[in-house]
Amino acid sequence: MSGIEILAIVLGGLTVGSALMVVASPHPVRSVLFLILTFFLITGNYVLMNAQFLAIVNIIVYTGAVMVLFLFVLMFLNLSKDNEPRSSMKMKVAATVAGGALMIVIIAALKDVIMLPIDLPVDNQQGLVENLGMLLFTKYVLPFEVSSILFISAMVGAVLLAKREKQIID
Amino acid sequence: MILGTIFESGISVQFYIVLSTILFAIGVIGVIVRRNAIIVLMSIELMLNSVNLLLVAFSTYFGQGDAQIFVFFIMVVAAAEATIGLSILVLLYRNNRSVDIELFNKLKG
Repeated sequence: MSGIEILAIVLGGLTVGSALMVVASPHPVRSVLFLILTFFLITGNYVLMNAQFLAIVNIIVYTGAVMVLFLFVLMFLNLSKDNEPRSSMKMKVAATVAGGALMIVIIAALKDVIMLPIDLPVDNQQGLVENLGMLLFTKYVLPFEVSSILFISAMVGAVLLAKREKQIID
Repeated sequence: MILGTIFESGISVQFYIVLSTILFAIGVIGVIVRRNAIIVLMSIELMLNSVNLLLVAFSTYFGQGDAQIFVFFIMVVAAAEATIGLSILVLLYRNNRSVDIELFNKLKG
């Protein structure tokens, strides 16, 4: 086993472990912190696959913006362990069995997929900023511009939803 | 570049299929088990990330950049979804003083 192989397996194991802790940890804030750890480990996987642009974007967008938003809302609402709603034991067992069955079905279906050997030479520099930028601003320039409309509508929607109802009525 | 050749170093793309399937299943379990609506949203983020991981794995395996552009767009949509979802939850909390996911049963009327 080469060093990079061991690194990939350790990273994968840590990712699964911290993702489990997100679901299992009873305290919501701890759960958010474990999700941030999971995103960092997934970023490690991206670096391992030479997707450097996505690794940086993952850190900036997910751990930098989205998770801070989650943490902010969680602390803003002042949810603690005491008023955390709990689901029954029956529900937990049923959910674990359902999720496990889904996992087994997908893995069993994909396990024996025969990956055809690739004839063309694989370019392992695709994840770099220059190559992705060329692709983003030529082939995918229309979806890129449309996503700005999505963002502005999301922003207007969020502001409108979070506004006090009294002010809307006045 | 040594790092780009991870699939030539013995790690097969099946490893990433299994890894992202496990992460997706954990996300599904989280959505069903947890009753705190914020944690449910976080589990959805986890599921989106597992799909991203698989897309990047196949993108690297085939040496095509298109899948990584798709991951970029998934991140855009996930960020928009998180803001809207959280503002709906703040609204729910303001009316009910709780973020129990069961409160959404009221929508049945």
